[in-house]
Amino acid sequence: MWLSTEASTIMGGLFVSVQTAGTPPKASKKKPRPAGTLYRGNEGMWSWVFHRITGVAIFFFLLVHVLDTALVRVSPEAYDAVIGTYQTPIMGLGEVGLVGAIVFHAFNGLRIILVDFWSKGTRYQKLMFWIVIGLWVITMLAFVPRHLTNVFSH
Amino acid sequence: MTTTEIAAPRSPRTRGNGTNWEKWGWLYMRVSGVVLVVLIFGHLFVNLWQGTGVSAINFAFVAGKWADPFWKWWDVTMLWLALIHGGNGMRTIVNDYARGRTTRGILKIAILAAVALLIILGTLVVFTFDPCLGNPSSDALIQMCAAK
Ligand code: HEM
Ligand code: HEM
Repeated sequence: MWLSTEASTIMGGLFVSVQTAGTPPKASKKKPRPAGTLYRGNEGMWSWVFHRITGVAIFFFLLVHVLDTALVRVSPEAYDAVIGTYQTPIMGLGEVGLVGAIVFHAFNGLRIILVDFWSKGTRYQKLMFWIVIGLWVITMLAFVPRHLTNVFSH
Repeated sequence: MTTTEIAAPRSPRTRGNGTNWEKWGWLYMRVSGVVLVVLIFGHLFVNLWQGTGVSAINFAFVAGKWADPFWKWWDVTMLWLALIHGGNGMRTIVNDYARGRTTRGILKIAILAAVALLIILGTLVVFTFDPCLGNPSSDALIQMCAAK
């Protein structure tokens, strides 16, 4: 399905990129579109979208995290009460999300740095995106079972 | 795939000859990023992976770590690098999406204020921390607190 050009401006073109991923339809009767999608809908765009979302999420976590850690200056009881909520099953699942975000942002951040500074970086940027995904999956497969065991059995 | 022609930028690449702050910000994001990978992965390894992970964290756990200047400096470095990196990243995002001058101004001042306040608070917390507030957990701590 093709969205109208009006709809494509929603969310700065992010929305429509999903629809335009891949090759354009053969005999489109719709308005002509910009030739070629150099970037939109491809690995480069998704790595940027996820990098941005995870960066914002980590930033807001960190604001709260510095405040909860500051309770060690208030009293041991206050700190233990708040850190105790980090050990509940619901927060345990939240920590899985947080670690997932950090691990993606970190690995993809290294990929961005390689694209910028390594002479062959741009040539391998797509491959490196899939390496980032692969390393993310491996890290999460190692972390999640262990973390959930800690959360649900202590 | 059809070839895509990218038009040349309409404005000249240099503006005046003052310090190019955007360039230094760009570089900072990369340099701090590399260091943060080590600091944050180390932080998560010790606090979430080792032993019984989150369920082992309490006041005594923090007291045990901050009895060692190594972890104090680790945490403070992480605090400064991460907040400035995150704040600068948020600034980029505000520049991308916020339209009016006033909205942008307010959002960027809010980011700056949050980052500055939390850096000051976090640094003070680490260096004024008093491990003897609670029930000292290790022998070393008990001795140290008794000596005070
Ligand atoms: C769920 C995951 C996390 C847990 C359970 C956790 C736990 C802790 C604990 C117990 C402390 C006290 C001192 C210490 O142990 O070193 C602390 C401090 C700190 N953490 Fe985390 N942390 C987590 C994730 C993160 C992440 C993702 C970041 C970075 C973005 C971070 C940044 C910091 C900083 C900067 C401090 C020092 C705060 C201060 O100076 O007052 N933490 N964290
Ligand atoms: C774990 C290590 C980290 C690495 C390797 C890393 C790397 C990067 C890189 C290379 C950029 C791109 C800058 C640019 O495009 O000019 C970036 C952006 C960003 N980072 Fe990080 N970062 C890390 C940790 C963090 C943390 C802890 C936070 C939050 C406190 C954060 C928040 C952001 C934000 C908000 C952006 C802006 C995203 C955007 O403009 O789309 N990052 N990071």
